[in-house]
Amino acid sequence: MSDPVSALQGASYDGFAQLREIGPLGMITLRAKAGTPGLEAAVQAATGCAMPQMRRIVRQGPCAAGWMSPDELLLILPYADVAGALARIGEALQGQHHLAVDVSDARAVFRIEGAKADQVLRKLSPVDFDRLEPNELRRSRAAQVAAAFWAEEGGFTLVCFRSVAGYVMGLLSVSARPGAEL
Amino acid sequence: MLILSCPYCGIDAEETELAPGGEAHLKRFGPGSDDDAFEAYMFARKNPKGVHFERWRHAYGCGKWFLAARCTATLEVFGTYPAQSTEPPVEIVEKIKAKRPEWKGFS
Amino acid sequence: MSTRLKSGGRLIDRSAPLDFTFNGKRLRGCAGDTLASALLANDQMLLGRSFKYHRPRGLVASGAEEPNALVNLGQGARLEPNQRTTTTELFDGLEARSQNHWPSLDFDVGVVNNYAARLLPGGFYYKTFIHPRAAWKHFFEPIIRHSAGLGSAPKDRDADRYEQAYAFCDLLIVGGGVAGLQAALVAGRAGARVWLVEQTAHWGGRAPVDGDVVGGMPAADWVEAAVLELSAMDNVTLRLRCMAAGSYDHGYVLLDEKLADHTPGDGRPRHRLWRMRVGKILAATGAIERPLSFAGNDIPGVMLAGAVRDYAVNWAVSPGDRTVVVTNNDDAYRTAIVLKEAGLEVAAVIDARNIANGPLPERARALGIRVETGRAIARVKGGKRVEAVEICQQAGEGAASTTLSCDAVAMSGGWSPVVHLWSHCGGKLIWDESEAMFRPDATRPPLHADGTAMVLCAGAANGALRQAVADADAQVKIALQALGFEAESEEVPAHDVADESALEPVWIMPQGAGIALRSKMWLDFQNDVKVSDVQLAAREGYESVEHTKRYTTLGMATDQGKLSNINGLAVLADSLNAQIPQVGTTTFRPPYTPVPLGALAGEARGEIFQPLRKTPMHDWHQQNGAYFEPVGHWRRPYCFQRPGETPEQAVHREVKNTREALGLLDASTLGKIIVKGPDAGRFLDMLYTGVMSTLPIGKCRYGLMCNEQGFLSDDGVVARIDADTWLCHTTSGGADRIHAWMEDWLQCEWWDWQVFTANVTEQYAQVAVVGPNARKLLESLGGMDVSKEALPFMHWADGTLGGFACRVYRISFSGELSYEIAVPASQGAAFWALLHKAGAAFGAMPYGTEALHVMRAEKGFIMIGDETDGTIIPQDLGLDWAISKKKPDYLGKRGQERSFLANPDRWKLVGFETLDGSVIEDGAYIPEHGVNANNQRRVQGRVTSTYHSPTLGRGIAMGLLRQGPARMGEVVEFTRMDGGVTPARVVDPVFFDKDGEKQNV
Repeated sequence: MSDPVSALQGASYDGFAQLREIGPLGMITLRAKAGTPGLEAAVQAATGCAMPQMRRIVRQGPCAAGWMSPDELLLILPYADVAGALARIGEALQGQHHLAVDVSDARAVFRIEGAKADQVLRKLSPVDFDRLEPNELRRSRAAQVAAAFWAEEGGFTLVCFRSVAGYVMGLLSVSARPGAEL
Repeated sequence: MLILSCPYCGIDAEETELAPGGEAHLKRFGPGSDDDAFEAYMFARKNPKGVHFERWRHAYGCGKWFLAARCTATLEVFGTYPAQSTEPPVEIVEKIKAKRPEWKGFS
Repeated sequence: MSTRLKSGGRLIDRSAPLDFTFNGKRLRGCAGDTLASALLANDQMLLGRSFKYHRPRGLVASGAEEPNALVNLGQGARLEPNQRTTTTELFDGLEARSQNHWPSLDFDVGVVNNYAARLLPGGFYYKTFIHPRAAWKHFFEPIIRHSAGLGSAPKDRDADRYEQAYAFCDLLIVGGGVAGLQAALVAGRAGARVWLVEQTAHWGGRAPVDGDVVGGMPAADWVEAAVLELSAMDNVTLRLRCMAAGSYDHGYVLLDEKLADHTPGDGRPRHRLWRMRVGKILAATGAIERPLSFAGNDIPGVMLAGAVRDYAVNWAVSPGDRTVVVTNNDDAYRTAIVLKEAGLEVAAVIDARNIANGPLPERARALGIRVETGRAIARVKGGKRVEAVEICQQAGEGAASTTLSCDAVAMSGGWSPVVHLWSHCGGKLIWDESEAMFRPDATRPPLHADGTAMVLCAGAANGALRQAVADADAQVKIALQALGFEAESEEVPAHDVADESALEPVWIMPQGAGIALRSKMWLDFQNDVKVSDVQLAAREGYESVEHTKRYTTLGMATDQGKLSNINGLAVLADSLNAQIPQVGTTTFRPPYTPVPLGALAGEARGEIFQPLRKTPMHDWHQQNGAYFEPVGHWRRPYCFQRPGETPEQAVHREVKNTREALGLLDASTLGKIIVKGPDAGRFLDMLYTGVMSTLPIGKCRYGLMCNEQGFLSDDGVVARIDADTWLCHTTSGGADRIHAWMEDWLQCEWWDWQVFTANVTEQYAQVAVVGPNARKLLESLGGMDVSKEALPFMHWADGTLGGFACRVYRISFSGELSYEIAVPASQGAAFWALLHKAGAAFGAMPYGTEALHVMRAEKGFIMIGDETDGTIIPQDLGLDWAISKKKPDYLGKRGQERSFLANPDRWKLVGFETLDGSVIEDGAYIPEHGVNANNQRRVQGRVTSTYHSPTLGRGIAMGLLRQGPARMGEVVEFTRMDGGVTPARVVDPVFFDKDGEKQNV
């Protein structure tokens, strides 16, 4: 096994906001209907996080649990911990209908930072950022591809599919170019 | 460009975040059905000027299919509701009746 | 002559001169000028030529409605044609060239059209170019296209950048005049999220020019105070140079913000397109003055009265030394007064009304201005410049009684509200008799998603030509209440303007003008549509205003009829003896003024024109001669070219090497969907034509998916992972579509079934290791047992290879010994490199999609999209073996039972071998004798896949042929592009290793 490499190997760009590709991050798609016995325990066991409410993301240290749809959660954790977390989820949801899969490598993750970080995303997503609530995980699109993002630590974290990481980096860079502040 | 509220995640999604799915409340006819029933299921679609029920998927969002009641002439949206519905919810039907007295009702 | 006045000019800074050129001539303006005002200040009255007759053209207006003064702006990569000088802010170094003339502006050959005007009436194109039919394509159209368009199309790549941004607000107020500002103040104080946009570079609109008094102070001071207060509000966004291009369904609005038009090359985006979603739109877009239709009203020097006033007050420019004002209303007297007070001569005010005794006319008279009532302009004299006007009775036929020498004419036919944003989404208009204008009918507004009004109009745009502030205050309160805000009860600032007496509609001047005069009365200045053209159209039966518009090209120029439409339809109504409201208006369509294509494209250009999907091995491919082809949004190597090779040679080498030694294929794009749950087997049995529920754990099975009509939609290998988990492979282009298809059925039809899906396509890098040496390579890596016994054909296993955790599938799309190996995507590049390094000893070469295609065709494997086109059922392709006969139902089963699909005459899949070994052309048909009902040659089949097979050294093909399988051995003929035919024998579609021995070793 070689070291896992992220799609863009940590590419970065400094414009009126600072962009960098981070990761690889451990990510698990957990599908189960709300109220499935053991679901809260599974999320807790995998991430240490409480169950997120609708469209919210709960963070706990390096881990997070985000609400993706009524029967889908995105669990974020250190890359190396995925196998262990999957096992713990399996135990907690033993006998319950669910699906937990490793999607760490199917994704690319970006940080957009700086006082005007929101402006970069305002150019790409049909989302009312003035109304984006704290800890709200918003799924939408960035220009022509699917993206999910949330605000944290003086910026935004954006997740997209790995194959379009270069496209998304291009979008973010063009949007963050100096002189293009909104 | 339409805005429809996704009943699953509460987002007022704009049309570019949605994928259209045609007429709602179709009944599937499989093997054993006669030609007329199958033809109706497959091809015969309502095309009203006025109240219409349709399928939409919150494709760039929570990924869920939902149904919308909409006026095709004015684009007024009467409401959206989960795809797991065999007919429009009563409150939406009542709202449409109030706003469109000439509407003949869901059939 | 037109010149800069010694003093005044509220918008200019005389201490900041700016140099620019017009047709190469060096000229000077000053900061705050528009290109139009600067040109006028330099006595440049002649600015262009009209479209059809090449008549001399000068400025008519001072704003967005300008039809004439369009220029080619900039050059090279910054050239943009048809730029309105009136909305172009002057900057140092600006270069402008006039348009639509040859060889020069002053001497233009095309002007002969002017003298042939009698031969070029309305509908000329339709009447002339219809016969002979064949001449259209090769003769008429090229000539018309050559002479079409005004400016020059840019040839270089646009040097500027553009962007888009999304914005949301409760209330979008369009128009930064006193109405818009008052509305913004009220809405801002009420706490609403407000945007106020203004298309020009200045707040205030017309009020400061017209000397209005607002809130007890000069309008300009009130405007300044209002902007100051608004700037301090966090909930209010103010944007200048921001034009609302269009309003669309459900509160969607496009705004075009000109960021760097006036500072080109400063590194900022040139334009930004705001894609806005609003609760309500308040259109405070003002009004546009109407020209009067008198003979010669297009001669340079004839301008709108309001524009003349603008140039004098805003930029201290006088369009002429001696001006005649011609009007049917009181407002135009303001122009006469302004000119007189600026020390210029006003030859007379020609007022078509019999009585003019309101405060403004009286003030004009008091200033010593001659006022002639009941009079009209019979004709304007002059060529490239107004020289004089002949005066006659408005009530008469145009017999001139006096000639007044002058070098400018200021005309006013009244004002029309700018109702575009109201009308774009279906807001209706009513005809206002007293002001002779269409204004918004508040009872029939355009609707928002909730069925309430989406747009409200305010001020002049609402028809309140004189009480704009009060009307805006009232309208914004209606909007706020609907939005759920409570407006503070503050006093409405008084808006003091002079009283005006009623205007008198004047659509033709003089009223009884004969054909000679009517043929010189311009309605549409840019497209050369005259009163006589519209009257001709009416006589020829064009009763609908929409038809008349297209027949005469009235309002179809770049200004979209901002000046001409109302006058034109009034003339049409008169010709039809109809009332104006019965004739109605043409449809208002976005954009209000042109938006650059660059702004509409936004960021989507160059590298990010569209998303390109890249596999983890993409960089390696790029560095190793990959010749890419698009597969959906993926870029996949078609082949890997070596130096000196053509792509075709590379493909042949790759096929032979794979068949003889070892080929490596990046198969990462293959769709991978996990389907899990107690009902997953039952679900897959419905999705696939075959049975997947019985697939043993550890095994793979090929499956077909059809749509409900029964037509083949996707195929792939399904692997059973555990008791309730399956992994479904889809085609590379089909992963998202099939995943959505699964979710559709699970969510909308079988929502009680316990099944979850996950699209894990991108989680894995997948490599096909293919060829006789495949096993040797894997064994050399060390790790899991990949022997025939441990991992037989159509089995899969988890393990490690060369230290990489992987899942290995023994599946083959080439007919060779083949392993498809999936590793986490983050390991893909490293694993791919290892395979090449270790594979060198076994003759490993990468191969691309074309070699894959050739090899699968040699084996007779179908390809979705080649053998299928949405009208093909599996049975057509001889895939009956993959369809379960036992299952009571699957998606497509009922569709396949339709009688016409059982017709023995259906085209079915067979192979073809050319008699001479050549390759059948792509897309070739197999014709037969006779013609069909449409007199077209009958056909009996077509080719679906055709290649040169390097393995067999000859052309091979698959195709569909009527009753194909029953016609083995028969020779049929395929069409060729050169008109000849290619004879080919009907054969079994499996050309190579019919018994499948090679893949099963």
